[in-house]
Amino acid sequence: MIDFEIPTPIKRQVQFITMLGEQVMRPVARYYDEHESERPWDYINLIWPTIRDRGGRSFSVEDGTEKTDKEGKPRPRIGYLMLAHVVEALSWGDAGLYLCTPGGALGGAAVDATGTPEQKERFLKRFGEGEPKWAAMAMTEPHAGSDTAAIRTTARLSEDGKEWILNGEKIFVTGGLMAAKESRGFVVVWATVDPSAGRAGMKPFVVEAGTPGMTVTKLEHKHGIRVSDTAAIVFNDCRIPYDNILGSPEVVKGDTEHKGFKGAMKTFDATRPLVAASALGIARASLEFTVSYLKDRGVKVRYGVAPHLQTAVERDLIHMEMQHRAGWLLVLKAVTKMDAGQENALEASMAKVKAGQVATYVSQKAVELLGPEGYSCKLLVEKWMRDARINDIYEGTGQINRLIVARRLLGYTSRELR
Amino acid sequence: MISFTPSEEQQLIIDTVRRYASDRMRPAAYEADEKRTIPQDIIARGWDLGLLPSAIPEQYGGFGETHQALTGVLAAEELGYGDLSMALYLMTPNLFAIPILHYGTEEQKQKWLPRLVEGGFAPYTAALIEPRWSFDPHALHTVAEREGNVYEISGHKALVPLAADAQAFLVYAREGETTQAFIIERGTEGLAVLERESFMGIRALPTYELRLDDVHVPASCRLGGEQGIDIDHLMNYSRVALAALAVGVARGAFEYARDYAKQREAFGKPIAQNQSIAFMLAEMAIEVEAARLMTYEAAWHIDKEHNAVQQAALAKAYADEMALMVTDRAVQILGGHGYIREHPVERWLRNGRGFSTFLGLAMV
Ligand SMILES: Cc1cc2nc3c(=O)[nH]c(=O)nc-3n(C[C@H](O)[C@H](O)[C@H](O)COP(=O)(O)OP(=O)(O)OC[C@H]3O[C@@H](n4cnc5c(N)ncnc54)[C@H](O)[C@@H]3O)c2cc1C
Ligand SMILES: Cc1cc2nc3c(=O)[nH]c(=O)nc-3n(C[C@H](O)[C@H](O)[C@H](O)COP(=O)(O)OP(=O)(O)OC[C@H]3O[C@@H](n4cnc5c(N)ncnc54)[C@H](O)[C@@H]3O)c2cc1C
Repeated sequence: MIDFEIPTPIKRQVQFITMLGEQVMRPVARYYDEHESERPWDYINLIWPTIRDRGGRSFSVEDGTEKTDKEGKPRPRIGYLMLAHVVEALSWGDAGLYLCTPGGALGGAAVDATGTPEQKERFLKRFGEGEPKWAAMAMTEPHAGSDTAAIRTTARLSEDGKEWILNGEKIFVTGGLMAAKESRGFVVVWATVDPSAGRAGMKPFVVEAGTPGMTVTKLEHKHGIRVSDTAAIVFNDCRIPYDNILGSPEVVKGDTEHKGFKGAMKTFDATRPLVAASALGIARASLEFTVSYLKDRGVKVRYGVAPHLQTAVERDLIHMEMQHRAGWLLVLKAVTKMDAGQENALEASMAKVKAGQVATYVSQKAVELLGPEGYSCKLLVEKWMRDARINDIYEGTGQINRLIVARRLLGYTSRELR
Repeated sequence: MISFTPSEEQQLIIDTVRRYASDRMRPAAYEADEKRTIPQDIIARGWDLGLLPSAIPEQYGGFGETHQALTGVLAAEELGYGDLSMALYLMTPNLFAIPILHYGTEEQKQKWLPRLVEGGFAPYTAALIEPRWSFDPHALHTVAEREGNVYEISGHKALVPLAADAQAFLVYAREGETTQAFIIERGTEGLAVLERESFMGIRALPTYELRLDDVHVPASCRLGGEQGIDIDHLMNYSRVALAALAVGVARGAFEYARDYAKQREAFGKPIAQNQSIAFMLAEMAIEVEAARLMTYEAAWHIDKEHNAVQQAALAKAYADEMALMVTDRAVQILGGHGYIREHPVERWLRNGRGFSTFLGLAMV
């Protein structure tokens, strides 16, 4: 039955994170925006125990066990619904700090989507114990961004067949420094085992932090989300164990079809709605702040008022609010399908397209509406605008996600519609 | 627990109305628009779906289920997908019945509801909109003044569907600072149905201007008796109805443009294989879906008896904009053929443009 009631545990979690956002994240948000490469240890140390106790699976599905309610009836899974709310609320606090949250992040999601049960255990266990750790995912290369099939990083087997040898350069790796160098984490690296095979040759490999041959060569200086490190990582005859190829090794030996590219896409089905959620957390921060700032100064929003009586500001605020809500409902639909174990690639990309656009629009409009105050670094509104902008770019640009949506709607392959 | 999946019963309603929309409404829509008339058997069949009776309790002649805005919007989307003129025609009795159901005194409900639902389709209607650019349901120019036990009502209304045949009207008027509604029977002195109107869209729906010159009605005709009505609450049922109809119209336009773009070739390939067409289609689908979810959510709030003005107003504003954008793009995707009336997209654009004007013209 169509229903919009959010489960109580999620509401409680959001309340808790909102408090965290107000009391811990926002007070330091400006500082870290201005100190680009500093690690936000205050935030990290505060959040790590919570993440660790949840098994560090901050970006992953609930475990497969059936959950039951008080009467012993099977309870619907809410793992992704919860996660979307958590990500949204943390991003409402501060999107840059949210991206510094220790745990599996995109790397964990890739392991989750493509790893064997043994690999999941081996690679993800660390996030439930000890000191904070990070994982990252490295797909993008200097000459291959949207066109992921064009990556050139190679993985070849050593002569004895016991190791993979990686060579290539990855850029724009979120959390790359923390995952590759400054914690006992790992990087999931997409590389090709057969450059002539295109997509079919692409495979994900787990490279443990500190593996010789893996070097962080650069940290980017960015428009927004500055506290989050964005690293370039070079692989130079980097040797990793044979078993670190994600998925069943047999698949590699036998056919080089399937798994690779599909694995990447499956990861995105899970992560795109969460990027959308992050975008909308920033949008909500911008919108709520603008509404309350204006309200304190006597500008109210009236709903259901005749159009000719609306002020221009009211019209803008209502427009921002409805756009935001539309985006959020698309996210909720995408994660609800994910939780139900249904195919959600279409919904995931729809949500990502809309949220990327909405976050950009709402946060930019907020700066406009607040005039010199909005443009000023006295407030966080200008920062939110810069932070929001990334969401229409990473995890598939707006255009790439439109392509995905269009192909699904039209029944076209990537060759027919490129 | 949050869910976007209709219940079995809801799905049954969707499927039934969709079948009627596809088999009956759509094939007849072109001619209805051209000739400005709707075949009566289509209306009769639509009435047989039992949408209004199922919202009216048994004691008033209905099927005894509770009135649910959510059920209403699910059906309305399908009707809008069929044809907007026909949908508004079929839903016209709602304009009379739903306010009475929610605000009528016991006597008013007993008197009117059975007449609305027990027989075949019966043209009862309502008059809210007024013929001026600054129309505002909170500040109507139609005025009701009480003199002892009688109300004196004067004013000018527009877009009153089926007024020529209506057996009774629910007329909205300003009384002091509030908007109230009055049940006025056909033939009451001072009530004049003017010429049929002509608009750019919804051309198959007969609508009329209405003049009220010192119309006298007993105080018992005031909807809700002494209590009266809450126009904002009542308008929520209209906001979500129109939003759902807009979603239906837009969905039709999207599907038509998508199918056309796949088979129309230019420069040696289907035009859908150009990003500029494909991206428009992607955005159309996203907007239709977003507006649908906003509508569901607003209807859900109404059914939960929350103050849903905010959600309903947002859903309607969103759907108004969406319907225009989607139908307009459908015309563009068909190119010159989109401009020709043999293809339905130009009609959908004419219809879609109306949603920002239609407040009060439909209710679920
Ligand atoms: C801060 C930040 C963090 C990031 N984090 C990660 C990470 O953790 N891991 C990772 O692997 N990557 C990451 N990225 C990389 C990100 O995913 C890419 O930047 C993105 O996919 C776009 O690739 P590109 O920058 O090479 O742009 P290009 O692919 O060069 O695209 C340029 C423009 O062309 C458009 N375009 C490209 N192809 C088409 C097409 N077929 N049709 C229409 N338009 C097209 C694009 O939409 C874009 O507007 C990150 C990037 C940034 C900026
Ligand atoms: C009222 C009216 C009067 C007209 N008068 C004349 C006249 O006097 N003389 C005359 O010769 N013609 C006339 N035309 C025809 C008019 O010029 C064409 O309709 C117009 O050129 C579009 O062609 P089409 O309708 O075949 O659309 P298509 O070519 O089928 O295009 C359909 C859609 O696909 C898009 N499209 C096509 N190719 C591409 C591409 N490569 N990339 C991206 N998008 C693409 C188009 O922009 C359009 O949105 C008239 C048309 C109308 C409606």
